[in-house]
Amino acid sequence: MRAQAFAQGNVLNFVPPRKVIAKPGTAVDSVLPLELRPGYHVNSNTPSDEYLIPLRLTWNSGPLEAAGFAFPQPRMEKYSFSEKPLSVFTGDFQIVTHFKAPANAARGPATLTGKLRYQACNNSMCLPPKTLDVSLQVEIVK
Amino acid sequence: MSRIHVAAASAALALLLASCSRPSSLPTGGLKSQAQRKPAPNFTLKDADGNAVNLTDYRGKVVLVNFWATWCGPCEAEIPWFIEFEKKYRDQGFAVLGVSMDDDGWKSVRPYVASHKINYRIMIGSEVVSQQFGEIESLPTSFVLDREGRIASNHVGLIDKVDYQNEIVKLLQDPRNSVDRGAGPGVVAGVAGAGVRAGQRP
Repeated sequence: MRAQAFAQGNVLNFVPPRKVIAKPGTAVDSVLPLELRPGYHVNSNTPSDEYLIPLRLTWNSGPLEAAGFAFPQPRMEKYSFSEKPLSVFTGDFQIVTHFKAPANAARGPATLTGKLRYQACNNSMCLPPKTLDVSLQVEIVK
Repeated sequence: MSRIHVAAASAALALLLASCSRPSSLPTGGLKSQAQRKPAPNFTLKDADGNAVNLTDYRGKVVLVNFWATWCGPCEAEIPWFIEFEKKYRDQGFAVLGVSMDDDGWKSVRPYVASHKINYRIMIGSEVVSQQFGEIESLPTSFVLDREGRIASNHVGLIDKVDYQNEIVKLLQDPRNSVDRGAGPGVVAGVAGAGVRAGQRP
């Protein structure tokens, strides 16, 4: 709740993922391209400190089930404020979600919704954690 | 001067004035002049022991109000400095107040305070307090208050330790900032030597 007190613009933006077409009982991948404002970094999905907030993508239930994620290899970057290098993502990168279409998935178009949570810093300051709504157009076909 | 030049000069001047008058929620810099200082908004927040902390109770002290969070690396870099300042200057009438902006409150903050051996008072912040202090857009954001409870400086982001130290020392030594003018520079009658320790009232 306290994070809402911050008037933060998005330093991490995503390109809407391409529509996914899947047959029931099959697996399909979806790519979420992300663009981080230059000079900023976000903690990776596996931060190097327990207090750091990881990058996390979650999908709500729908016609596809998220079976796993593929994050890029994090960079170990040294910043002036930290004695040890931090596990971060910078620049443009992408998260791949491995979906499964259940055998009984209802046919037709649908929208899958999810959340992308991140926490960004630059070399001298941090922005509060932020959660973005993401959506994916899905079509289950024969 | 041709009309075009006059028009161009006018446009440039207008742009310059617009950029100067653009509201900057939290300008950052060194100590403000006496005339520029405005009273800090009061807040009442709970410390780790559940005791209410009123900022006005610290009137007569130089106070560093630090907005921070456990997930903020640059904030962590400042903590050892603040521990040192608290130790070094508290007997001269100085205190650090750490206002955490962690969403999960004491769940994260309590173990963090223990593991970092923080010796100054920590509270969990609120949206209201954050807004009272202006649009705090990033952490760390700190305000250094003079003994009259006025904002003498504010800093957004990590700055040099020596910058904080210089400001604190200047404010402690400034006779104009002494509440009890007769007590001498930087000394407040009935307060000097009392010190403020983590979890204690001022």
